[in-house]
Amino acid sequence: MHVPRQPAAHVMHVPRQPAAHVMQLVYFAWVREAVGVDSEQITPPATITTVAALLDWLASQSPGHAAALADRSRIHVAVDQQFAKPETPITGAKEIAIFPPVTGG
Amino acid sequence: MSDVAIRAKLQAEPFDAAAEQAALIGTRTDLGAIVSFTGLVRADDGLIALTLEHYPAMTLPQMQAIADQAATRWPGVHGTIIHRHGRLRPGAAIVLVLTASPHRADAFAAAEFLMDWLKTKAPFWKREERADGNARWVEAKAVDELAATRWTEIGTP
Repeated sequence: MHVPRQPAAHVMHVPRQPAAHVMQLVYFAWVREAVGVDSEQITPPATITTVAALLDWLASQSPGHAAALADRSRIHVAVDQQFAKPETPITGAKEIAIFPPVTGG
Repeated sequence: MSDVAIRAKLQAEPFDAAAEQAALIGTRTDLGAIVSFTGLVRADDGLIALTLEHYPAMTLPQMQAIADQAATRWPGVHGTIIHRHGRLRPGAAIVLVLTASPHRADAFAAAEFLMDWLKTKAPFWKREERADGNARWVEAKAVDELAATRWTEIGTP
């Protein structure tokens, strides 16, 4: 269901610091709809080292991202398929998922 | 058969609860109780379909982790949990929890635990479609979060 699409050009970030690395972001439910893509590759600045910092940085990347992430109490994150907290490190992470509170069962 | 005490399955297709129960019992004669819970799509307020989105890379591993947690807390319990994804109509079964044990108390407790954690710790999202053309994502319920929290507060392994 996650057909990779071209991310918006303004999200792309040319790495200037050696420690910056490429991550895959995946979005679900209304977060996906608000951002406008299922997934995208990003290269956040190397100074972004936690989930909370990543969300702050991401919200500054486009109006869609800002709208999706406006209410952080309704945003949950998984780092490499493990549920994460705001302070969870993202250094070295390959895939970060951003989604609303789950509603299965 | 592997030695997984409680097995998780994820599928788009319907499941046969009776066949799953028969498979769980097999030739065992040490079981004294089976609890079977099936969750259904309820036609609230003109609902015509419920679509379950999920996180393919995470969903089944997380479901199995929840199953393993139940097996650790109730060592005598065997079981099967099945969660469906995709677009489902009212009356369709969404989720199956089967737990079997020598005595009923553990089977009941493990089944409740499994449902509470499936609702709050497995990456599924429900989207409701209504007859008037409106669609909306289901909001998480505080009561479900509270139900899941009681198990962590007990402090079992």
